[in-house]
Amino acid sequence: MSEGIGARVLRKEDKRFITGGGRYTDDIVEPNQRYAAFVRSPHAHAKIKGIDKTAAEKMAGVEAVLDGKQLTADGIGNIICGWLIHSKDGSPMNMGAWSALATEFVRYVGDAVAVVIADSIANARAAAEAVAVDYEVLPCVTRPDAALEKGAPQLHPNAKNNLIFDWELGDGAATDKAISGAAHVVEMDFTNNRLSPNAIEPRSAIATFNAAEDHYTLYTTSQNPHLARLVLSAFYQVAPEHKLRVIAPDVGGGFGSKIYIYPEEIVCLWASMKTNCSVKWTSDRSEAFLTDAHGRDHISTAKIGFDKNHKIVGLKVDTIANLGAYMSLFSSAVPTYLYATLLSGQYDIENIHCNMRTVYTNTAPVDAYRGAGRPEACFVVERIMETAARKLGVDPAELRRKNFVTEFPHQTPVIMCYDAGNFGANLDAALAASDYAGFEKRRDEAAKRGKLRGIGMSSYIEACGIAPSAAVGSLGAGVGLWESAEVRVNPVGTIEILTGSHSHGQGHETTFAQLASERFGVPIDNVQIVHGDTDKVQFGMGTYGSRSGAVGMSAVAGALDKVETKAKKIAAHMLEVDENEIVIEDAEVKVPGTNKTLGWHEVCLNAYMAHNLPEGMEPGLKEGSFYDPANFTFPAGTYICEVEVDPETGHTDIVQFVASDDFGTIINPMIVEGQVHGGIGQGVGQALLEEAIYDEDGQLLTGSYMDYAMPRADDLPSYQVSHESTLCPNNPLGIKGCGEAGAIGTPPAVINAITNAIGNNDLSMPATPSKVWAAIQASGVKQAAE
Amino acid sequence: MYETKYQRASNVEDAAKMLAATDDGKFISGGQTLIPTMKQRLAAPSDLIDVRNIDAMKGIAVDGSNVSIGAAATHAEVANSNDVHKACPALCDLAGMIGDPHVRHMGTIGGSIANNDPAADYPAAMIALNAQITTSKRTIGADDFFTDLFETALEEDEIVTSITFQAPSKAAYAKFPNPASRYAMAGVFVAQVEDGAARVGVTGAGSSGVFRHGEMEAALSKDWSEAAIKNCKVDEAAMLSDLHGNAAYRANLVKVMAKRAVAAAG
Amino acid sequence: MTSISMSVNGKAVSGDVEDRTLLVQFIREDLRLTGTHVGCDTSQCGACVVHVDGKAVKSCTMLAVQASGSEVTTIEGLANGGDLHPLQTAFKENHGLQCGFCTPGMIMSAADMIARYKASGSKLDEKAIREELEGNICRCTGYHNIVRSIEDAAAKMS
Repeated sequence: MSEGIGARVLRKEDKRFITGGGRYTDDIVEPNQRYAAFVRSPHAHAKIKGIDKTAAEKMAGVEAVLDGKQLTADGIGNIICGWLIHSKDGSPMNMGAWSALATEFVRYVGDAVAVVIADSIANARAAAEAVAVDYEVLPCVTRPDAALEKGAPQLHPNAKNNLIFDWELGDGAATDKAISGAAHVVEMDFTNNRLSPNAIEPRSAIATFNAAEDHYTLYTTSQNPHLARLVLSAFYQVAPEHKLRVIAPDVGGGFGSKIYIYPEEIVCLWASMKTNCSVKWTSDRSEAFLTDAHGRDHISTAKIGFDKNHKIVGLKVDTIANLGAYMSLFSSAVPTYLYATLLSGQYDIENIHCNMRTVYTNTAPVDAYRGAGRPEACFVVERIMETAARKLGVDPAELRRKNFVTEFPHQTPVIMCYDAGNFGANLDAALAASDYAGFEKRRDEAAKRGKLRGIGMSSYIEACGIAPSAAVGSLGAGVGLWESAEVRVNPVGTIEILTGSHSHGQGHETTFAQLASERFGVPIDNVQIVHGDTDKVQFGMGTYGSRSGAVGMSAVAGALDKVETKAKKIAAHMLEVDENEIVIEDAEVKVPGTNKTLGWHEVCLNAYMAHNLPEGMEPGLKEGSFYDPANFTFPAGTYICEVEVDPETGHTDIVQFVASDDFGTIINPMIVEGQVHGGIGQGVGQALLEEAIYDEDGQLLTGSYMDYAMPRADDLPSYQVSHESTLCPNNPLGIKGCGEAGAIGTPPAVINAITNAIGNNDLSMPATPSKVWAAIQASGVKQAAE
Repeated sequence: MYETKYQRASNVEDAAKMLAATDDGKFISGGQTLIPTMKQRLAAPSDLIDVRNIDAMKGIAVDGSNVSIGAAATHAEVANSNDVHKACPALCDLAGMIGDPHVRHMGTIGGSIANNDPAADYPAAMIALNAQITTSKRTIGADDFFTDLFETALEEDEIVTSITFQAPSKAAYAKFPNPASRYAMAGVFVAQVEDGAARVGVTGAGSSGVFRHGEMEAALSKDWSEAAIKNCKVDEAAMLSDLHGNAAYRANLVKVMAKRAVAAAG
Repeated sequence: MTSISMSVNGKAVSGDVEDRTLLVQFIREDLRLTGTHVGCDTSQCGACVVHVDGKAVKSCTMLAVQASGSEVTTIEGLANGGDLHPLQTAFKENHGLQCGFCTPGMIMSAADMIARYKASGSKLDEKAIREELEGNICRCTGYHNIVRSIEDAAAKMS
């Protein structure tokens, strides 16, 4: 059985996870290890008047109590946002100072003020409680619209009115003109609810300073260890890159939250130098809720115009995004280039304009969470399309189809150039799979059982594999967005693939091996994937934005090309034929139509024996590649959700969920389906259950699973997932990416279904039972209860 | 978690003595509420006296219509008890809805009622079944046992040892779980007890904890049917209001759950 | 410090622990069996599920001293020598895991679930599996393939 591209092979990495043999950061113990506990602000906004550490310093097992002044004095730099956005007036974004340990002010509940290093977690925590911080409590603001109001509490001196930037994309005047002349206009308000990412493995770090070598080692829960090392070195000045090894071992989910460099890793590294001990910190869930970067949190108004034939003439969107108390690493890119650029959806729209204001509030920093900007864009577009269809009295599927982009490449008015797709094919497949035509019958049947049944759809598009580097650089990115790979063939023909991508659930150890299997016909068991260690793997960019397939695998393909070329040259020399005659398949190197055949291992061995190589050829069989994509990729698809609402309680049951996606080439359908399932699960979570809520005093009300509703198995259905693929023309494998689609496409499909069921379109996420019940009361749908 | 000292008691008397000798000790049974509370550093008992292994507090006995459940019986044991099922299947259903399977393996009925969490399930059944709660000192009727949020009639060193009640002629429990915690946002236990009298216990929804709904009881005592409670009022002013649902919503849930429980009881 | 002893995965173990030590801390830190995980601090996620005296419990919600004298099984003790437990095989074959962090708890819960349903003779269908998983949270899989894995193993173990 083939184990190459398209094969549904089982995962190589599973054995260690199902037997308890995984090695996550918190599983690692260093000799001479101490534990860090952070002193965190209980106030949303306060001035630090003093920190009294004397009691804590005397407590049992305490090695050190360290604060922000010491950190600053040691030259540790502020945490930065790595993507520079300019306001429409040309001024650069107003980035406020963020020290890993606060020195003068705290700006959200959970802001780190000091750290205790002790011999046990219990002693560290007890001493942390004994650190007396004298706070002068200041007024706070948590909602983004309120933060912009006159007289609102000010967070950072350089951000007047808490405004970080006021940015726009598209032609505002042309869009206004198009909409004012439209035959039909639909206007809506949206909130995109704030979410906690909730990877089940909490963040963790263990830092070791080796004084004799003047060298640091950091194990950390990171999606991109090289980027972590670069930022820790270049910006925070913890240590120069060659004196800092960052290892991200098994990582228990990321969803964006483990991209960023947080205060805790910086402090652990610095504290290991201060104490000459290994310093370990593992977040508990309560800390995670307070300090992991949150996602979403947009407030928008949108207006869409249609001509008399129901073709869209313009879309205008005005959004305020809450970035929290400080600018996290990619926080500025999410509501701009990952949001406004996707507002064209799958539709041919001549005029689009988006205005985006980002603001500081006294809440945890907000950054990319699965989908990152694209779910927010998709929610605006797909909710307003569904609403327009209802107002125009036309079938929502047909209104979408009428406006689909059908010719490629298609340049939208918001930067993106869609390279390939067949949106109608995905829509048709989803309509067929969901028996869309038979819905009314099902609705009638449900009504007999006292249930309100509804159907809703969402035709999403996203952009993955952010690129090319030069283009994103011109838009303000502080890094290149390429990927690296190295293919090392051993003398016996087994293969090691070193990749800058990082796997934290995506199954790279299997799918990346499938690429080598496809190329040389070797079993995947003979291919080892090496990742996540800056000492082993050359600089790479890591995993986020559904980029590992489209970008990471493309780099592997480039290295495989070079290995293949060299192997063919060696074989041609051995077989005394022209290299163009050589074919490599099924682990054999041969000349078709002849009996000239070598085992793959024989060629590899000869590469290293070097007894019989072509004149001038270097020994060995090892090649590297850096791949910088020519364009974004554009996964797209249609999701159809069917719900039954209990009118008496407002509880929503998802009774059917159909997804038809176009991800381009699929390396392993089993793994791709798993990615879609997980994305849908998180999308349903956003639509029905999840919201991070701060009260007026800036206290996080949803600080544990007691109040933050995580999707459980009985909240979710089984999903029907299928694919209608067009290949991405811009990368060697034709891959588009699949990691975020579910989280992007799902929320509007769910809300469209519920609003269809209850006959009231005024419903915000999460559509909790109490909210749905209230919407039913407001809509006047007759209650079966009465 | 703060430091604490753990001791296992082998009988009820010893347990009381052990507790009396502590500064600020607490009994621990299944620990499924107490340990999380201690982990959050919201409770810091100097000592823990474990009563889970006291033989006299174990076991379930059903004699005719007389049901007696040891305080150390776990939720799983009650949920799966054939004897309880014959006498009062509604109580098995309720026990099977508490927490999750792992919690049900550890948590006990005695621990649950002694804690009297306003969103716990058992208290609703206890008052609806007019259960008698036997302690190391006395027997207390359920109506007098649950006094306020997390408050009971128990004295510091008093241990719940068993719960007894007469099998109802009809009973059922309907619960609407909080989407996050899965505790009851409204749980209603309806029971038809001696002489056709109806009792209705409500948990999760009330701002002062578990309560009986007199108007529904009167209506159901006359006519055990969904229709009978159609016009009963649930006082919104007495309902909890929080981020998961306001008082109006909870009042509605109480009504809907009551109706469903009556229907399920048959 | 209190001396405790118990059987873990069939082996007698003992140790001196503070009374406040959770069973999961004893398993992870003293015994260095790190397959049992901690994903929350409110006893809800189920990443820490182990079997104590044959029943699934949350090892983060039990003191090590409470478990003294008990028989404990962790994910490391589930396979029979080199032979994977049918649930371990089913999770692999049905892609019932992604990041793997919740997986040990899921598998231990599923083993308990299947045993209970088998003992009672009731049917472990999709609805029952989903309800039984109330105490186990997964963020990666959307549960679809976890349900498939348990269905598959339950069929093979019947």
